[in-house]
Amino acid sequence: MASLDDLKKRIASVKSTQKITKAMKMVAAAKLRRAQESAEKGRPYSEKMNNVILNLSNGISDRENAPKLLSGTGQEKTHLCVVMTSDRGLCGGFNSNIIKKAKSYFAKILDEGKELKIITVGSKGNDQLKRVYGDKIIENISFKESKNANYFDADKVGKMVIEKFEAGEFDVCTIFYNQFKNVITQIPQAQQIIPLNNEGEENSSEESYEFEPDEDEILSNLLPKNISTQIFKAMLENSASEQGSRMSAMDNATRNAGEMVDKLTIEYNRSRQAAITKELIEIISGAESL
Amino acid sequence: MSEEFKVEIVNPEKSFLVKDDVSEVVVPAFEGEMGILKDHISIISFLKPGIIKILSKSGDENYYVEDGIVEFKNNNLSILTSTIFNLADMDKSKQQDLLKQAEEEANKTDINDQSKYLADQKVEVLKTLN
Repeated sequence: MASLDDLKKRIASVKSTQKITKAMKMVAAAKLRRAQESAEKGRPYSEKMNNVILNLSNGISDRENAPKLLSGTGQEKTHLCVVMTSDRGLCGGFNSNIIKKAKSYFAKILDEGKELKIITVGSKGNDQLKRVYGDKIIENISFKESKNANYFDADKVGKMVIEKFEAGEFDVCTIFYNQFKNVITQIPQAQQIIPLNNEGEENSSEESYEFEPDEDEILSNLLPKNISTQIFKAMLENSASEQGSRMSAMDNATRNAGEMVDKLTIEYNRSRQAAITKELIEIISGAESL
Repeated sequence: MSEEFKVEIVNPEKSFLVKDDVSEVVVPAFEGEMGILKDHISIISFLKPGIIKILSKSGDENYYVEDGIVEFKNNNLSILTSTIFNLADMDKSKQQDLLKQAEEEANKTDINDQSKYLADQKVEVLKTLN
């Protein structure tokens, strides 16, 4: 059994760990509120954007010649996957969940004999993926410097994706991120952004719009913007999810540390008592023998 | 009957401005300035760099935008833009910064005609502000 001194040290160390996790939980909670707010504020933009594109694509007369970003290249040979993770750890299953989802998708694509290219956003995803899919990763982006998710960063990623698309480097693009549901639940998502997938929403407003300039031109201007918008949305959802996930992970850690302290304290008291009893027995039996 | 309609400006980060007592909005549409009054036909268009003028009872407002999409429907005008500044809040140094950026962009040789045109537009608009 550990000596009294050792127990004392362990209790102290667990307590200080508990303090750290508690502080991290508080910080995550504060950040979560902000991230959640900006995720909510960012929603109208992407919703409106989607609406406009929906209206536009319904109005397009000539589907054959629709922009490639909308209708695809006509084949599905090369897949580009943008895996969005965080730059920091200690956030529970947040990153692993995305990676798990992405990996099962990768396996499916490779099974079908298609080509796979990966862009990782955030260093944690890169760390986990480079071991198995190192040769597939064509780009690794990290926004460690920017404090909050901002549109400028998303635009950079979006422009890069579009550049590669126009250079014919891939046919289908999917982004992976965690959708924020609530603090405890984040759902890993795979969303296809190229070609744009809006099946099942055909019956939007019948109202006809006037377009200036014509539909095709607006669409070809709008679609690249939509890519950036979708990526930005994913970034916002991701940052809210990250904080939520970290908060619940740290909450658990704090609770576990508390339980551990309780257990150790009981053990400490027991051994202290045992030591006292032992000493008493020694004194008494020593006095009796006299 | 009132001659007012609702305008909403949204940027990626948040809902930038919501106003429901607007009498006229002038937007720099891609093919020239476009004035929108109440009961305009439903329209979708996109913007080039320029000034959005919002005329309302509570006072006129001017915003500088670099890009965006306008959608007008059922007397609701939505403007989606990634870069927008209220001219009233924009000071000289900010203007100069933007102008410098735009000029640099316009002087690049490896850009296509459309981005070149847009950059030139930016320079032009910003110069008129000074």
